[in-house]
Amino acid sequence: MSASTSTDTLSPSQKAHAHPNPEVHGDGHDHGTRRTYLIGFALSVVLTAIPFWLVMNNVIADTMIATLVIMAFGVVQIFVHMVYFLHMNTKSEGGWTMMAAIFTIIVIVIALSGSLWVMFHLNTNMMPGHIMNPADLI
Amino acid sequence: MSSHAKAAEGEAPQFYELVPHHHAPHGSTQIGFWIYLMSDCLIFASLFAIYGVLGGNFAAGPSPAHLFNLQLVAVSTGALLLSSITYGFAMLDMDEGKKTGTLVWLVITGLLGAVFLGLTLYEFYHMIHEGAVPQRSAFLSAFFVLVGTHALHVTFGILWLVTLLVQIGMKGLIPANRIRVQCLSMFWHFLDVIWIGVFTVVYLMGMLR
Repeated sequence: MSASTSTDTLSPSQKAHAHPNPEVHGDGHDHGTRRTYLIGFALSVVLTAIPFWLVMNNVIADTMIATLVIMAFGVVQIFVHMVYFLHMNTKSEGGWTMMAAIFTIIVIVIALSGSLWVMFHLNTNMMPGHIMNPADLI
Repeated sequence: MSSHAKAAEGEAPQFYELVPHHHAPHGSTQIGFWIYLMSDCLIFASLFAIYGVLGGNFAAGPSPAHLFNLQLVAVSTGALLLSSITYGFAMLDMDEGKKTGTLVWLVITGLLGAVFLGLTLYEFYHMIHEGAVPQRSAFLSAFFVLVGTHALHVTFGILWLVTLLVQIGMKGLIPANRIRVQCLSMFWHFLDVIWIGVFTVVYLMGMLR
Protein backbone atom coordinates (compact mmCIF):
# COMPACT_ATOMS: atom_id res chain seq x y z
CA MET A 1 0.00 0.00 0.00
CA SER A 2 1.63 3.23 -1.13
CA ALA A 3 1.34 6.68 0.42
CA SER A 4 -0.31 8.03 -2.73
CA THR A 5 -3.58 6.23 -1.91
CA SER A 6 -3.93 7.89 1.50
CA THR A 7 -6.01 10.86 0.29
CA ASP A 8 -8.35 8.62 -1.68
CA THR A 9 -9.24 6.52 1.34
CA LEU A 10 -10.49 9.46 3.44
CA SER A 11 -14.16 9.00 4.27
CA PRO A 12 -16.58 11.80 3.25
CA SER A 13 -16.95 12.89 6.88
CA GLN A 14 -13.19 13.30 7.23
CA LYS A 15 -13.20 15.38 4.07
CA ALA A 16 -16.00 17.51 5.55
CA HIS A 17 -13.87 18.07 8.65
CA ALA A 18 -11.06 19.35 6.52
CA HIS A 19 -13.35 21.87 4.87
CA PRO A 20 -12.70 25.40 6.17
CA ASN A 21 -16.37 26.40 6.42
CA PRO A 22 -18.73 23.50 7.06
CA GLU A 23 -21.78 25.78 7.13
CA VAL A 24 -21.31 26.58 3.46
CA HIS A 25 -20.31 23.04 2.61
CA GLY A 26 -23.47 21.61 4.14
CA ASP A 27 -23.82 19.06 6.89
CA GLY A 28 -24.19 15.95 4.78
CA HIS A 29 -27.99 16.16 4.99
CA ASP A 30 -30.27 16.77 2.07
CA HIS A 31 -33.19 18.96 3.18
CA GLY A 32 -35.30 18.39 0.10
CA THR A 33 -37.28 20.97 -1.82
CA ARG A 34 -40.86 22.23 -1.69
CA ARG A 35 -41.60 19.82 -4.52
CA THR A 36 -40.29 16.70 -2.73
CA TYR A 37 -42.18 17.65 0.45
CA LEU A 38 -45.42 18.05 -1.53
CA ILE A 39 -44.87 14.73 -3.35
CA GLY A 40 -44.25 13.01 0.00
CA PHE A 41 -47.33 14.61 1.52
CA ALA A 42 -49.56 13.64 -1.42
CA LEU A 43 -48.30 10.05 -1.31
CA SER A 44 -48.80 9.77 2.46
CA VAL A 45 -52.34 11.20 2.24
CA VAL A 46 -53.25 8.60 -0.40
CA LEU A 47 -51.53 5.80 1.54
CA THR A 48 -53.41 6.81 4.72
CA ALA A 49 -56.81 7.39 3.12
CA ILE A 50 -56.99 4.01 1.33
CA PRO A 51 -56.55 1.77 4.42
CA PHE A 52 -58.97 3.94 6.45
CA TRP A 53 -61.50 3.69 3.61
CA LEU A 54 -60.98 -0.10 3.38
CA VAL A 55 -61.69 -0.60 7.09
CA MET A 56 -64.48 1.97 7.52
CA ASN A 57 -66.53 0.55 4.64
CA ASN A 58 -65.63 -3.13 5.12
CA VAL A 59 -64.49 -3.30 1.51
CA ILE A 60 -62.57 -6.58 1.91
CA ALA A 61 -64.68 -9.32 3.49
CA ASP A 62 -61.79 -11.65 4.34
CA THR A 63 -60.18 -10.37 7.57
CA MET A 64 -56.81 -11.99 6.85
CA ILE A 65 -56.50 -10.44 3.39
CA ALA A 66 -57.67 -7.04 4.71
CA THR A 67 -55.04 -7.17 7.50
CA LEU A 68 -52.25 -7.99 5.06
CA VAL A 69 -53.34 -5.21 2.66
CA ILE A 70 -53.44 -2.64 5.50
CA MET A 71 -50.02 -3.71 6.77
CA ALA A 72 -48.60 -3.42 3.25
CA PHE A 73 -49.94 0.15 2.98
CA GLY A 74 -48.39 0.96 6.39
CA VAL A 75 -44.96 -0.37 5.39
CA VAL A 76 -45.01 1.54 2.08
CA GLN A 77 -46.01 4.73 3.89
CA ILE A 78 -43.19 4.33 6.42
CA PHE A 79 -40.72 4.14 3.52
CA VAL A 80 -42.32 7.20 1.87
CA HIS A 81 -41.86 9.16 5.11
CA MET A 82 -38.26 7.99 5.51
CA VAL A 83 -37.36 9.09 1.98
CA TYR A 84 -39.37 12.31 1.57
CA PHE A 85 -39.51 13.67 5.14
CA LEU A 86 -36.51 12.15 6.96
CA HIS A 87 -34.41 12.39 3.75
CA MET A 88 -32.85 8.98 4.25
CA ASN A 89 -30.22 8.11 1.67
CA THR A 90 -27.09 6.01 1.48
CA LYS A 91 -24.77 9.04 1.41
CA SER A 92 -25.65 11.19 4.46
CA GLU A 93 -23.03 11.12 7.27
CA GLY A 94 -20.88 8.86 5.12
CA GLY A 95 -23.57 6.17 5.08
CA TRP A 96 -23.76 5.81 8.86
CA THR A 97 -27.41 6.92 9.19
CA MET A 98 -28.35 4.16 6.76
CA MET A 99 -26.19 1.61 8.63
CA ALA A 100 -27.83 2.54 11.96
CA ALA A 101 -31.28 2.32 10.36
CA ILE A 102 -30.59 -1.10 8.82
CA PHE A 103 -29.29 -2.40 12.16
CA THR A 104 -32.40 -1.05 13.91
CA ILE A 105 -34.71 -2.64 11.34
CA ILE A 106 -32.98 -6.02 11.81
CA VAL A 107 -33.37 -5.81 15.61
CA ILE A 108 -37.03 -4.74 15.25
CA VAL A 109 -37.81 -7.63 12.91
CA ILE A 110 -36.17 -10.12 15.31
CA ALA A 111 -37.93 -8.64 18.37
CA LEU A 112 -41.38 -8.49 16.74
CA SER A 113 -41.39 -11.78 14.86
CA GLY A 114 -39.62 -13.60 17.71
CA SER A 115 -42.03 -12.32 20.38
CA LEU A 116 -45.13 -13.13 18.34
CA TRP A 117 -43.84 -16.55 17.29
CA VAL A 118 -42.79 -17.62 20.79
CA MET A 119 -45.83 -16.26 22.61
CA PHE A 120 -48.43 -17.65 20.23
CA HIS A 121 -46.84 -21.10 20.39
CA LEU A 122 -46.73 -20.79 24.17
CA ASN A 123 -50.44 -19.90 24.23
CA THR A 124 -51.31 -22.82 21.98
CA ASN A 125 -49.30 -25.32 24.00
CA MET A 126 -50.22 -24.13 27.50
CA MET A 127 -53.98 -23.59 27.13
CA PRO A 128 -55.98 -25.69 29.65
CA GLY A 129 -58.18 -26.88 26.78
CA HIS A 130 -55.13 -28.54 25.29
CA ILE A 131 -55.33 -31.33 27.88
CA MET A 132 -58.04 -33.53 26.45
CA ASN A 133 -58.21 -36.23 29.13
CA PRO A 134 -58.77 -34.98 32.74
CA ALA A 135 -57.11 -38.16 34.01
CA ASP A 136 -53.79 -36.86 32.66
CA LEU A 137 -53.86 -34.11 35.30
CA ILE A 138 -53.57 -36.56 38.19
CA MET B 1 -3.43 4.79 5.99
CA SER B 2 -0.58 7.22 6.59
CA SER B 3 0.60 5.05 9.49
CA HIS B 4 0.98 2.09 7.11
CA ALA B 5 2.97 4.25 4.78
CA LYS B 6 5.27 5.37 7.59
CA ALA B 7 5.72 1.84 8.85
CA ALA B 8 6.82 0.83 5.39
CA GLU B 9 9.55 3.44 5.58
CA GLY B 10 10.91 1.90 8.77
CA GLU B 11 9.29 4.13 11.42
CA ALA B 12 7.42 2.80 14.43
CA PRO B 13 3.81 1.93 13.54
CA GLN B 14 1.31 4.48 14.83
CA PHE B 15 -2.11 3.15 15.82
CA TYR B 16 -3.80 6.37 16.89
CA GLU B 17 -3.79 10.01 15.84
CA LEU B 18 -1.46 12.20 17.87
CA VAL B 19 -2.21 15.45 16.07
CA PRO B 20 -5.63 16.82 17.08
CA HIS B 21 -7.74 17.50 14.01
CA HIS B 22 -10.51 20.02 13.70
CA HIS B 23 -14.14 19.01 14.21
CA ALA B 24 -16.80 21.40 13.02
CA PRO B 25 -19.07 22.64 15.85
CA HIS B 26 -22.21 20.45 15.97
CA GLY B 27 -20.53 18.28 13.32
CA SER B 28 -21.61 15.05 15.02
CA THR B 29 -24.90 16.27 16.54
CA GLN B 30 -27.09 14.97 13.74
CA ILE B 31 -25.67 11.46 13.60
CA GLY B 32 -25.83 11.33 17.41
CA PHE B 33 -29.46 12.39 17.40
CA TRP B 34 -30.17 9.84 14.69
CA ILE B 35 -28.68 7.09 16.92
CA TYR B 36 -30.95 8.29 19.76
CA LEU B 37 -33.98 8.07 17.43
CA MET B 38 -33.01 4.53 16.45
CA SER B 39 -32.80 3.53 20.14
CA ASP B 40 -36.20 5.18 20.70
CA CYS B 41 -37.43 3.09 17.78
CA LEU B 42 -36.40 -0.04 19.72
CA ILE B 43 -38.51 1.09 22.71
CA PHE B 44 -41.51 1.39 20.40
CA ALA B 45 -40.66 -1.97 18.79
CA SER B 46 -40.87 -3.68 22.19
CA LEU B 47 -44.16 -1.89 22.97
CA PHE B 48 -45.53 -3.00 19.59
CA ALA B 49 -44.40 -6.56 20.38
CA ILE B 50 -46.25 -6.38 23.72
CA TYR B 51 -49.36 -5.07 21.98
CA GLY B 52 -49.07 -7.77 19.31
CA VAL B 53 -48.93 -10.50 21.98
CA LEU B 54 -51.54 -9.11 24.40
CA GLY B 55 -53.76 -7.11 22.02
CA GLY B 56 -56.33 -9.90 21.79
CA ASN B 57 -56.66 -10.57 25.54
CA PHE B 58 -59.85 -8.65 26.37
CA ALA B 59 -60.59 -10.49 29.66
CA ALA B 60 -64.30 -10.32 28.72
CA GLY B 61 -63.89 -6.53 28.66
CA PRO B 62 -64.41 -4.08 25.81
CA SER B 63 -62.79 -4.83 22.44
CA PRO B 64 -61.36 -2.31 19.93
CA ALA B 65 -64.60 -2.37 17.91
CA HIS B 66 -66.50 -1.14 21.02
CA LEU B 67 -64.01 1.54 21.98
CA PHE B 68 -62.39 3.09 18.93
CA ASN B 69 -63.87 5.88 16.87
CA LEU B 70 -62.16 5.70 13.47
CA GLN B 71 -63.44 9.14 12.39
CA LEU B 72 -61.62 10.66 15.37
CA VAL B 73 -58.44 8.70 14.58
CA ALA B 74 -58.66 9.81 10.94
CA VAL B 75 -58.82 13.48 12.02
CA SER B 76 -55.87 13.16 14.43
CA THR B 77 -53.86 11.28 11.76
CA GLY B 78 -54.63 14.09 9.31
CA ALA B 79 -53.43 16.69 11.85
CA LEU B 80 -50.14 14.84 12.36
CA LEU B 81 -49.62 14.35 8.62
CA LEU B 82 -50.27 18.06 7.97
CA SER B 83 -47.86 18.99 10.77
CA SER B 84 -45.15 16.98 9.01
CA ILE B 85 -45.40 19.04 5.84
CA THR B 86 -45.73 22.36 7.70
CA TYR B 87 -42.50 21.45 9.54
CA GLY B 88 -40.98 20.77 6.12
CA PHE B 89 -41.97 24.28 5.03
CA ALA B 90 -40.37 25.68 8.21
CA MET B 91 -37.13 23.88 7.26
CA LEU B 92 -37.26 25.30 3.72
CA ASP B 93 -37.82 28.85 5.04
CA MET B 94 -34.95 28.36 7.50
CA ASP B 95 -32.64 27.28 4.65
CA GLU B 96 -33.55 30.51 2.86
CA GLY B 97 -32.85 32.50 6.04
CA LYS B 98 -36.45 33.68 6.51
CA LYS B 99 -36.85 34.04 10.28
CA THR B 100 -40.52 35.11 10.31
CA GLY B 101 -41.54 32.38 7.86
CA THR B 102 -39.75 29.76 9.95
CA LEU B 103 -41.46 30.95 13.12
CA VAL B 104 -44.92 31.04 11.49
CA TRP B 105 -44.61 27.51 10.07
CA LEU B 106 -43.26 26.23 13.41
CA VAL B 107 -46.24 27.78 15.24
CA ILE B 108 -48.66 26.11 12.79
CA THR B 109 -46.80 22.80 13.30
CA GLY B 110 -47.09 23.18 17.07
CA LEU B 111 -50.82 23.94 16.84
CA LEU B 112 -51.43 20.86 14.68
CA GLY B 113 -49.43 18.82 17.22
CA ALA B 114 -51.63 20.26 19.98
CA VAL B 115 -54.77 19.26 18.01
CA PHE B 116 -53.42 15.71 17.75
CA LEU B 117 -52.56 15.61 21.45
CA GLY B 118 -55.97 17.05 22.39
CA LEU B 119 -57.79 14.38 20.38
CA THR B 120 -55.66 11.61 21.96
CA LEU B 121 -56.37 12.93 25.47
CA TYR B 122 -60.09 13.24 24.63
CA GLU B 123 -60.06 9.60 23.50
CA PHE B 124 -58.28 8.52 26.71
CA TYR B 125 -60.76 10.51 28.83
CA HIS B 126 -63.70 9.00 26.95
CA MET B 127 -62.34 5.44 27.39
CA ILE B 128 -61.57 5.87 31.09
CA HIS B 129 -65.03 7.38 31.57
CA GLU B 130 -66.54 4.21 30.09
CA GLY B 131 -64.53 2.02 32.49
CA ALA B 132 -61.96 1.01 29.85
CA VAL B 133 -59.06 1.72 32.19
CA PRO B 134 -55.56 0.20 31.83
CA GLN B 135 -56.24 -2.21 34.71
CA ARG B 136 -59.30 -3.67 32.93
CA SER B 137 -57.53 -6.09 30.55
CA ALA B 138 -54.14 -6.93 29.06
CA PHE B 139 -55.32 -5.40 25.78
CA LEU B 140 -56.09 -2.08 27.49
CA SER B 141 -52.78 -2.08 29.43
CA ALA B 142 -50.84 -2.62 26.21
CA PHE B 143 -52.97 -0.02 24.39
CA PHE B 144 -52.47 2.71 26.99
CA VAL B 145 -48.72 2.08 27.25
CA LEU B 146 -48.15 2.13 23.47
CA VAL B 147 -50.41 5.06 22.55
CA GLY B 148 -49.53 6.87 25.80
CA THR B 149 -45.78 6.64 25.09
CA HIS B 150 -46.36 8.10 21.64
CA ALA B 151 -48.52 10.90 23.08
CA LEU B 152 -45.79 11.60 25.66
CA HIS B 153 -43.27 11.95 22.84
CA VAL B 154 -45.57 14.41 21.05
CA THR B 155 -45.95 16.36 24.33
CA PHE B 156 -42.18 16.70 24.69
CA GLY B 157 -41.92 17.55 20.98
CA ILE B 158 -44.33 20.46 21.51
CA LEU B 159 -42.41 21.61 24.62
CA TRP B 160 -39.19 21.50 22.60
CA LEU B 161 -40.88 23.41 19.77
CA VAL B 162 -42.07 26.18 22.12
CA THR B 163 -38.55 26.43 23.58
CA LEU B 164 -37.14 26.73 20.06
CA LEU B 165 -39.65 29.47 19.19
CA VAL B 166 -38.35 31.49 22.14
CA GLN B 167 -34.72 30.78 21.25
CA ILE B 168 -35.16 31.74 17.59
CA GLY B 169 -37.16 34.81 18.62
CA MET B 170 -34.34 35.96 20.91
CA LYS B 171 -31.20 34.91 19.01
CA GLY B 172 -32.43 34.52 15.43
CA LEU B 173 -31.40 31.75 13.04
CA ILE B 174 -27.89 31.27 14.46
CA PRO B 175 -26.04 27.99 13.65
CA ALA B 176 -26.89 26.51 17.07
CA ASN B 177 -30.60 27.16 16.52
CA ARG B 178 -30.44 25.74 12.99
CA ILE B 179 -29.04 22.47 14.34
CA ARG B 180 -31.80 22.39 16.98
CA VAL B 181 -34.49 22.94 14.33
CA GLN B 182 -32.97 20.13 12.23
CA CYS B 183 -32.92 17.73 15.19
CA LEU B 184 -36.52 18.53 16.12
CA SER B 185 -37.41 18.00 12.45
CA MET B 186 -36.02 14.45 12.64
CA PHE B 187 -37.84 13.88 15.95
CA TRP B 188 -41.14 15.19 14.58
CA HIS B 189 -41.05 13.14 11.35
CA PHE B 190 -39.95 10.11 13.39
CA LEU B 191 -43.07 10.46 15.58
CA ASP B 192 -45.16 10.55 12.42
CA VAL B 193 -43.52 7.30 11.27
CA ILE B 194 -44.33 5.68 14.64
CA TRP B 195 -47.93 6.92 14.33
CA ILE B 196 -48.26 5.12 10.98
CA GLY B 197 -47.48 1.90 12.87
CA VAL B 198 -49.93 2.81 15.66
CA PHE B 199 -52.94 3.60 13.48
CA THR B 200 -52.27 0.57 11.27
CA VAL B 201 -51.69 -2.02 14.02
CA VAL B 202 -53.81 -0.67 16.88
CA TYR B 203 -56.77 1.08 15.26
CA LEU B 204 -57.27 -0.36 11.76
CA MET B 205 -56.27 -3.94 12.58
CA GLY B 206 -58.10 -3.64 15.91
CA MET B 207 -61.36 -2.89 14.09
CA LEU B 208 -60.84 -5.97 11.92
CA ARG B 209 -60.37 -8.36 14.84
